[in-house]
Amino acid sequence: MSTLQVSVYRYNPETDSAPYMQEFQVDTQGRDIMVLNVLTMIKDQDSSLAFRRSCREGVCGSDGMNMNGSNGLACITPLSDVVKDNKLVLRPLPGLPVMRDLVVDMGLFYKQYERMQPYLQNDTAAPAIERLQSPEERDKLDGLYECILCACCSTSCPSFWWNPDKFVGPAGLLQAYRFLADSRDNATQARLAELEDPFSLFRCRGIMNCVSVCPKGLNPTRAIGKIREMLLSNAT
Amino acid sequence: MVTNITNLGRSGLSDWLIQRVSAIVLAVYALFMVAYLLFHPNLDYAAWSGLFAQTWMRIFSLLAFISMAAHAWVGLWTISTDYLKHTGARFGFQVVVILAIFVFLVWGVQVLWGA
Repeated sequence: MSTLQVSVYRYNPETDSAPYMQEFQVDTQGRDIMVLNVLTMIKDQDSSLAFRRSCREGVCGSDGMNMNGSNGLACITPLSDVVKDNKLVLRPLPGLPVMRDLVVDMGLFYKQYERMQPYLQNDTAAPAIERLQSPEERDKLDGLYECILCACCSTSCPSFWWNPDKFVGPAGLLQAYRFLADSRDNATQARLAELEDPFSLFRCRGIMNCVSVCPKGLNPTRAIGKIREMLLSNAT
Repeated sequence: MVTNITNLGRSGLSDWLIQRVSAIVLAVYALFMVAYLLFHPNLDYAAWSGLFAQTWMRIFSLLAFISMAAHAWVGLWTISTDYLKHTGARFGFQVVVILAIFVFLVWGVQVLWGA
C-alpha cells in the first residue's frame, strides 16, 4: 500500500478545451510526507504540471490548494491529514479563475485586500522617534497580523464565491480589523464607512469555513464579529 | 464603495439589525402560539376568535406580521443577490417578492381588524 493514487486537476487554456482530472501513481514508500512532496514527485513524472510553491514551510502562502475537498497549504499538510482510502484529489483553490492546472488568478482576492487599505493611517503629527503602544494595545493585534494571504479562507467561503467583487472575504476583513484594532491608526471612521453596506462585510453568514481551513489557526469570523460590534456601537 | 438600492434598510448594518430583531419577535410569537395550542387542546371557534378580538393580541400579531415582512425582504433580497446573476431576473424577482410581501401584510391587517 505504499503507492498513492493521486488525481490532479489539469487545465491548460492554450491546448485544452475543458479542464480534466489526470491520474498519477506515486510511490511514497509508506512515509507520511507532505502533499507538496507528492506534487514534486508528480512533476518528475510529468513536467508540464503547473503549481505555485516557494518556501515549502508554511510561511509564504504560495501553495494553497484544495486537497480531498479541503483548502490548505500543500507544504505543511501531511498525507495522514487528508488521504482517505489511499486516494488524494488535488484541485485549485475554488472560486477563482484557473490560469493553468493548480495555479489560480488571485487578482480579485488582492483587489479586496487593497480596498481595506492595509497600512497604518494616522493624520496626527509624527512623534520624534516612534508611535508608542502599550503591551496591552499590542496584544490586540495577536491573531490578526499573522495572516500570510494564502487565500485558503476566502476561497472556501460561499459568500466570496457568489460575490467576489463586492464581499471583501475573510482574509481582507481580518486585515481590516487588524488596522481597526491598532491604537496607532486613526482612520477608524473611514474604515468603518467602507464596510457598512450589505455586501462588503455583512455578506458573511458566519458559517466559519474560514476558521476551519486557516493554516495559521486564525479566526476571521471573530474579527468580523468585532467589526460588526464597532459598527453597531457607532450607529445606535 | 459598494452601492445598493433595493435592500430594505439601504445599509448592511441596518438590514442585519432588522433581521436579528425581527427573528426574536417571530420566535416569541411562534413559542406563544405553540404554547397556546398546547394549553387549549379542545380549542373552538369562540375561544380562537376571542383571543384575536383582544387589542394586545392584535398588536402582537401585527408586530409579528411586520417582522415577517421585514425578515422576508432582507432574507430573500440576500438570496437573490447571491444566486441570480442576470440583472433582469434579479430585479424581477425582487419586485415580485416585495409586492407579495405588501399584499400579505395588507391582507393580514384586514384579517386582524376586518369583520
